[in-house]
Amino acid sequence: MTPTATALFTAYFQVGISSFGGANAWARRMLVEKRGWLTDREFAERLGLGQVLPGPNAMNTAIIVGHGFCGVRGALAAVGGLFAGPLLILSALCLLYDRFGHLGVVRGALAGVASAAAGMMLGTAFKMIRGARPSAAMVVVGLAALGLALWRVPLPWIILALAPLGILAAWREAK
Amino acid sequence: MSDLLVLMAGLAQLSVIAVGGGSAVLGDMHRLIVDERGWMDDAGFARAYALAQASPGPNILVVGVFGWHIAGPLGLLGATLAMCAPSGLMALGFAGMRARLAGARWLRRVERGLVPVALGLVTASALLLGETALATWGSLPMVAIAITAATAGFVFLTKRSPLWMLAGGAALGMMLLG
Repeated sequence: MTPTATALFTAYFQVGISSFGGANAWARRMLVEKRGWLTDREFAERLGLGQVLPGPNAMNTAIIVGHGFCGVRGALAAVGGLFAGPLLILSALCLLYDRFGHLGVVRGALAGVASAAAGMMLGTAFKMIRGARPSAAMVVVGLAALGLALWRVPLPWIILALAPLGILAAWREAK
Repeated sequence: MSDLLVLMAGLAQLSVIAVGGGSAVLGDMHRLIVDERGWMDDAGFARAYALAQASPGPNILVVGVFGWHIAGPLGLLGATLAMCAPSGLMALGFAGMRARLAGARWLRRVERGLVPVALGLVTASALLLGETALATWGSLPMVAIAITAATAGFVFLTKRSPLWMLAGGAALGMMLLG
């Protein structure tokens, strides 16, 4: 099923305005669970490319997903949809924060959202791992990426070190 | 205005080296905004980050909050554009190349091989974000951990909207910390 550029814009607009705590979890929910345009593995592959390319990875993923369905128009539609709503909402939040940011209630709400957002990312990661059905070698590469990142090794180094190993594992599995 | 141009030039440079996403260069942003230019102090920087987290949208929008602090609405737009446009054009170029190579076996394998790296990094960001959030809860770290764990389970086990959990977390935070 191939969506039109308009459908991409609409879907990504919904992703944008609901994506508290980062867009990747919500993009997966929309593209895989709600619209069924991509499988879990296809989404994870596009997310992987989006992370290896420099720049915001939710945006890169949207460009790759959009371009895959509708070329440059699809990429622009996906990115436009993703950013349009949040830019307006963030402007409003900045205005409010300038006035009310010192209040304890506001800081408490921010703390609660931050904790829940972390759980949301974690749950989404588990779902993607389940959907990707990784082989033993892939699990090792994934755990290494997790460990190095938790150890605060800079991301470019992690990718330089582990991307070749992951690709090697994929190569061997394909044979 | 000149401050905004300095910020935009700095962000545009970071945009094309930010392999792994915006969070990979957050330290460099801190150096520019807090250490070199003194536009914000440490606490202000952390609060700007939390504000962007509380707003829907890609995490990179934190640069919009920095821009807003320096030059209002124009700063928000300018900073976001500076951070997104250079790498966005590169991604668009890559997407075009990928379309021409569609189905090439080596590309399929490269893409497949990047999946575990991507999943490991997403899991790590989630845990690191949870740790950052922990600090904002003061003497109630167990509540923060409970919210994070409950939300992770909710998202993993159901297809319901995570908004319910985010709203619940906000409500708990307002009651316990407000």
